Amino acid sequence: MLEIKDLATAYGKIEALKGVSLSAKAGEVTCLLGPNGAGKTTLMMTLSGILRPQRGSVKFESEELVGLSPAEIVSRGLALVPENRLVFPALTVQENLMAGAFRRRDRAAIRDDVDRMLTRFPQLRDRIGQLAGTLSGGEQQMLAVARALMSRPRLLLMDEPSVGLAPLVVAEIFSIIRQLHAEGVSIFLVEQNAHMALQVAQHFYLMEQGRVSFSGTPGELAEDDVIQRAYLGQRRAA
Amino acid sequence: MLELLQRTLDGLLDGAAYGLIGLGLSLTFGTLKRLNLAYGAGAMLAAYVGAWLHQRYGLHIFFIAIAVVGVATLIGLYVEWLCFSHTSESGSDAARGGAPVAGRDGREVVALASSFAIWMQLEQLAVNLLPRHLNPFPSLAVEQELTVGPLVLRADRLALALLAVVVTFGLAHWLRVSRGGLAWRAAADQRTAARLAGISVQNVQRIAFAVACALSGVAAFAVLSLAGQVTPMFGMWVLVKGLVAAMLGGLGSVTGVLFGGLLLGVIEAHAQALFGAPGREFATYALLFLVLVLPWRSIKFGKDVTLVR
Repeated sequence: MLEIKDLATAYGKIEALKGVSLSAKAGEVTCLLGPNGAGKTTLMMTLSGILRPQRGSVKFESEELVGLSPAEIVSRGLALVPENRLVFPALTVQENLMAGAFRRRDRAAIRDDVDRMLTRFPQLRDRIGQLAGTLSGGEQQMLAVARALMSRPRLLLMDEPSVGLAPLVVAEIFSIIRQLHAEGVSIFLVEQNAHMALQVAQHFYLMEQGRVSFSGTPGELAEDDVIQRAYLGQRRAA
Repeated sequence: MLELLQRTLDGLLDGAAYGLIGLGLSLTFGTLKRLNLAYGAGAMLAAYVGAWLHQRYGLHIFFIAIAVVGVATLIGLYVEWLCFSHTSESGSDAARGGAPVAGRDGREVVALASSFAIWMQLEQLAVNLLPRHLNPFPSLAVEQELTVGPLVLRADRLALALLAVVVTFGLAHWLRVSRGGLAWRAAADQRTAARLAGISVQNVQRIAFAVACALSGVAAFAVLSLAGQVTPMFGMWVLVKGLVAAMLGGLGSVTGVLFGGLLLGVIEAHAQALFGAPGREFATYALLFLVLVLPWRSIKFGKDVTLVR
């Protein structure tokens, strides 16, 4: 479904992605683990068109995404739940959801989808007219997921949805991921919480210093080992 | 007592015009979190083009109005392109999802300084076009007065105040309910998230500038067609009155600016009655000073539409 080949992105002279290749299959939860500064967020921002890569290709259902604007990428069915949630703090919950559906023109269906999101995330229904900036961290994360789903993506990108949240809320987020997966949504998840991520993923990658250093299925690598590399980014001496 | 009331009323009418003037300034600030210092100069150049067309070709006032608003809009696009289009956040800011940190990399200062340079450029252009100090502007002033009990209202100034109210609340309503208004507010609120949702933040920014400067054209035309003349002081006047009104009402707010303008108008009217013309000027700057130093954010009037919070 998603095929990334030799993707390189830099901030000025600092190369954050040094030729990343990986893929995500339809109907699966694919997970990318790695320490801070590995380039995970840069990868997500490149996939969604916010950052322009120096080289490489991103094929989504065999269509090239590199060079397209973020708007065009959303329209093709790729939506990102960004790191730190980035809700619209001065807009209401309802307006946040509507903004997520900005590229769509089917008004009646959008209204149905808003209702569906409120059923899926009941906390949001109680806060529908409230400004998103006044929500708790967990509620904002739900809203960010719901907002991304409002574009009816075929592949949902999630950048560290568990970061900064209480354990109970993290569990809730992962149960939502499981639920979405059961409904057939394909998910590409970036996480630091290796323990939780390995429970929902069918395939995972390790990323260190701008490169993919491991690819496999959960269980292929001992969890301790994964956690050590994901948090500390230790590379074994060759 | 009656005199006090009449003065307040006059101040309110003046203040509505200030609100209209400050609206565009507030809109661009709300969208970009940056001040467009060329705002007043743009309105002045547009007004000068209007005055020039009036003197040179004697165009009908209707066409002058269109020309002033049109030129102001074009100037807005020009200023946006020159000063503000390259000053949005860098890639790493976007990746971290944050708003660009004020002044961190100097882009803030660049935008401010370059808009100041454009201020000088636009003003010079206007003065070159019409070098005299006093330039006749097509007049819509009517001497007709409305009397409400013992109070007197000039009909033309009442019309200007109504225009300000209609434009302000019309725009606020549009921002609140329309798809474009949602995109505008979203882009002003969280740029990266707006882009991720498929909103072209760059287009929003361009449109915001065009609309804001078109509004400055509307305000300039409305004010000058009552004054019947325009001088090179007009640009500075627009910037100062607009800035004070916008800051009183909350920079970035829409309806708040109108109330900020009204407050400014009323205070000016009373200051003028008490201390004469210098008192009026003093009141303006004293208010600006107070807004800057006092720990108050802005006046909040009910359900305001605000682009920054």
